[in-house]
Amino acid sequence: MELGPYLILGLLEGLVTAAVLSLMALGLSLVFGVMRVVNVAHGEFFMVGAVLAWWIASLVGGHPALGFLAALILAPLLTAGLAMLADQLVLKRIGYDPERTIVATIGLLYVIQQVTLMTYGPDARPVEAPFNHRLSIPFVEWTEGGFALYWPWGLGTTSYKLAVIGAAVILLTAIWLLMTRTRYGLLMRATQLDRETAQAFAIPVGRVYASVFGLGAGLAALGGVLIVPIQQAHYLMGHDPLLLSFIVVIIGGLGSLPGTVVAALLIGISDGMISVFFSPTLAKIIATLAVAFVLVFRPQGLFGKRAL
Amino acid sequence: MTDMQKSWGLHLGIIALLFVLQFILPAYHHGSLARIMVLTCYAMGYNILFGYTGLLSLGHALFFAAGMYGMSLSIQHLDWSAGPAVFAGLVAGFAMALVIGMLLLRTAGVAFMIVTLMFAQAGYLTVLYFGEWTRGDEGFVIKQELRRIAGFDLSDPTNRYFAALLLMAVCIVITLRVVQTGFGRVLVAIRENEERTRMLGYDIQRHKLAAILLSGTMSAAAGAAYGLLFGYAGATFASVQYSIFPLLWVLLGGAGTVLGPFIGTLFMFYLIDLSSELTTAYMLIAGLVLVALTLFAPQGLVGELRRRTLRWLP
Repeated sequence: MELGPYLILGLLEGLVTAAVLSLMALGLSLVFGVMRVVNVAHGEFFMVGAVLAWWIASLVGGHPALGFLAALILAPLLTAGLAMLADQLVLKRIGYDPERTIVATIGLLYVIQQVTLMTYGPDARPVEAPFNHRLSIPFVEWTEGGFALYWPWGLGTTSYKLAVIGAAVILLTAIWLLMTRTRYGLLMRATQLDRETAQAFAIPVGRVYASVFGLGAGLAALGGVLIVPIQQAHYLMGHDPLLLSFIVVIIGGLGSLPGTVVAALLIGISDGMISVFFSPTLAKIIATLAVAFVLVFRPQGLFGKRAL
Repeated sequence: MTDMQKSWGLHLGIIALLFVLQFILPAYHHGSLARIMVLTCYAMGYNILFGYTGLLSLGHALFFAAGMYGMSLSIQHLDWSAGPAVFAGLVAGFAMALVIGMLLLRTAGVAFMIVTLMFAQAGYLTVLYFGEWTRGDEGFVIKQELRRIAGFDLSDPTNRYFAALLLMAVCIVITLRVVQTGFGRVLVAIRENEERTRMLGYDIQRHKLAAILLSGTMSAAAGAAYGLLFGYAGATFASVQYSIFPLLWVLLGGAGTVLGPFIGTLFMFYLIDLSSELTTAYMLIAGLVLVALTLFAPQGLVGELRRRTLRWLP
């Protein structure tokens, strides 16, 4: 293949990464924005979503689309429930103290991960995609008779991957509408702006916190369900996405929805491009160092207004 | 007795007790205790930054690994003998702490934690990336005949135990001295109220940097000693897990206490040792302990002891 088709391939793979990443990072960003705590266990909710998807899909027989659809609805709900339980049992009792929350969520990370290891086991298991047509992509080349289309070998995508991108766009729009157009979004934004004033105006801050934590976890789980037909479900799969969503949230600026989406696109696509051309380890080294330096020299992120 | 005499008596007594235990303990626990004492030095290094200065780092494995690889790589690839190699490990840890410390001074609170996490992650990936020299996850064994300092064979269990005890004694004495002098009190003041300490005219940034340097170098010493005494260096020691461990040990034992790191490491080591016989998911215990600690005993074991009875504990 020439350079052009490689770039398109990298772009497509990057868009799929960006789609899942933006959902997950949005969850992390919402939790930070409203509750002012960093949830280190966020990657595990992503993993739980994927593992539950496998479990639900294998329980529901029949056409693979049926199982997948059930997983798409149930897995995020169950994960959100789990997160709300963790919020009530642990985070609420330590008063959402930022530093103690980090320690507690590191503990939660290990508990969730190791319980998955004990029950689900160390294997990676796939979920069948509801539909999976191979689509080849044509590319232009210069021939003697002018431009002509040709189909380079290996350049292609699947209908499922395109559907993931579409689903992410729909979900992100839905969250944006939820935040800006509904009463619940108003309560959330009021709590984010000033917790005490919100409480003084009879906003049930405790319930808002629990639901935001659940919503964040549910978004991560949705990302997990969407990715599981492409990647397999594994108990350690939460690590890399957690790191990437930290990067996205920090670069995009905390609590800023447009910033998160732009940063997810930036990171997802550059991750796809870099991994096509360079070693993935080097790409990760550069990305982590970049984030560290952004935090050191521009703590409000590239788009945000507020410092971490 | 004054409080200072009491605390010197207690700590020197514990060192003497560990010295005597060497002749009594069965081989298995003998080996475990040597490991615990080296890891205690790592936890004590961590404690200086977290317990006394109030800076929570999530990336101390970076310093531990700097010491370990500074030592082991100079033995493996530069053919240095063990003595200079350990020194190289210390220098590597100090240099790392200096560079990272200068950058960290610009951050505070949650940003400090995330930046340490990111630097440690970059360090871990770097170890993997240069797999040709470090052999990545698989790691490499340091040959027995190279593990000698001043004629002592450090692979011998008795020598190893004494070396570990000596290192821990040095760390305890350093920490005690730091806590009793003005420098240590300024660190505690920074932890309690940074603004007020600044208003009193102390140079916060210089004290923080000094704490990072001391903490990083102590952690590097522990890393170099661990590699040398147990003859192995691998990427696991640079991973996130090894950044979380000292936090766990210090929290469990009691942050901001001299003995806390030792008690915490001892307790956690045996807890994981016992539970790994039962299940491969032994990190579950670590997770549960972390959650329980943040909920019920944020002061840790020695911290609770100090709060309830022994007010003079340093």
